[in-house]
Amino acid sequence: MIEQLITSFIAAAAFGIIFNAPKNSLLQCGFVGMLGWAVYLFFVSYRFDPVLGTLAASFIVAFVSQIFAKIFRTPMIIFSVAGVIPLVPGGIAYDAMRNFVQNDYNAAIQLAAKAFMLSGSIAIGLIFSEVIYRVFQKS
Amino acid sequence: MATSLPNINEIMDVCLLAGKIMLENGAETYRVEDTMSRIAAGYGIKQSHSFVTPTGIIFSADGSESTKLARILERSTDLRKVTMVNSLSRQISSGEVPLAQARHQLKMLETARLAYPAFLKVTAAAIASGCFLIMFQGQWRDFLPAFIAGGVGYFCAVNLDRFVRVKFFSESLAAFVIGLLALIFVSLEIGLEMDKIIIGSVMPLVPGLLITNAVRDLMAGHLVSGLSKGAEAFLTAFAIGTGIAVVFSFL
Repeated sequence: MIEQLITSFIAAAAFGIIFNAPKNSLLQCGFVGMLGWAVYLFFVSYRFDPVLGTLAASFIVAFVSQIFAKIFRTPMIIFSVAGVIPLVPGGIAYDAMRNFVQNDYNAAIQLAAKAFMLSGSIAIGLIFSEVIYRVFQKS
Repeated sequence: MATSLPNINEIMDVCLLAGKIMLENGAETYRVEDTMSRIAAGYGIKQSHSFVTPTGIIFSADGSESTKLARILERSTDLRKVTMVNSLSRQISSGEVPLAQARHQLKMLETARLAYPAFLKVTAAAIASGCFLIMFQGQWRDFLPAFIAGGVGYFCAVNLDRFVRVKFFSESLAAFVIGLLALIFVSLEIGLEMDKIIIGSVMPLVPGLLITNAVRDLMAGHLVSGLSKGAEAFLTAFAIGTGIAVVFSFL
């Protein structure tokens, strides 16, 4: 568990470097990424559907990113991009591609649909949290 | 009111330049539109209209006869520039920056190279690859193969792009190199699980940002940019898949 947290922190911060995030925001990037991955792992370890776990994780990522954006007066995208990266279904998309290549189209389509659902739930989580944040801001 | 602004063309230029820099460096569509209208408002143009797509910005302001267009040819991700334009636009709307100075700053920013050194980026990609391997339940023994394959793959993707000029091709070549390295590592018995090594090292190339931005744009009603970003993301994913697929045909 701890190795998962540490590696997700480092991976998200490294992605901050790849995306040229400002130097003083790299630690926050790593923190957001770690938080998102921890939420996802929590849901998956209690045998919830990965789609639900991804949704919850990206919701939290966007929420914390918004708070950071407010504190550090920067665009929110800096934190949310790095935080969302671990949730991207790269492995499933890869498996889908591999099955396509090996002419197993049935398995490939299933996996591709799953990857699509997961990336959709990332986006919905982000938007949902933005909407809620805006409603709170107005009231 | 608006016609009393003699330098309306210059204001529009500054707005477009700011929008262009933001879009070229990976800002969301709504943020680009928001920033441009905020800068326009800061210089006294009450109403402005913009149409932002990933390949071009059309901008017009009330009180001006002309409509301006900026073409976006290259897109990359440089969040530092996005941040800097964003904070400049905040200063403009609070009236701290005169027009000429804003223009000068944006021009400087457009050509500035603020990126981290290439070596650091490749190292970051390599470390991220290794970490992703662990996150996807890989074994520590595969850390080094993923580290090397991810770093070399990212290096290829960045540098080949300069020569081949077709993003699809450079990405699939990079994915091919990653697959090949993973295959070599496994056949030399340095690495254990080829799938996990490939997934981990491909992650720095995966268009995660594009996919989520695409769906977000679609839901926010920016249908044109949402669809085109989705197409770009699909092309990138397809390019990576093709590169890996070539390696599998060796198996």
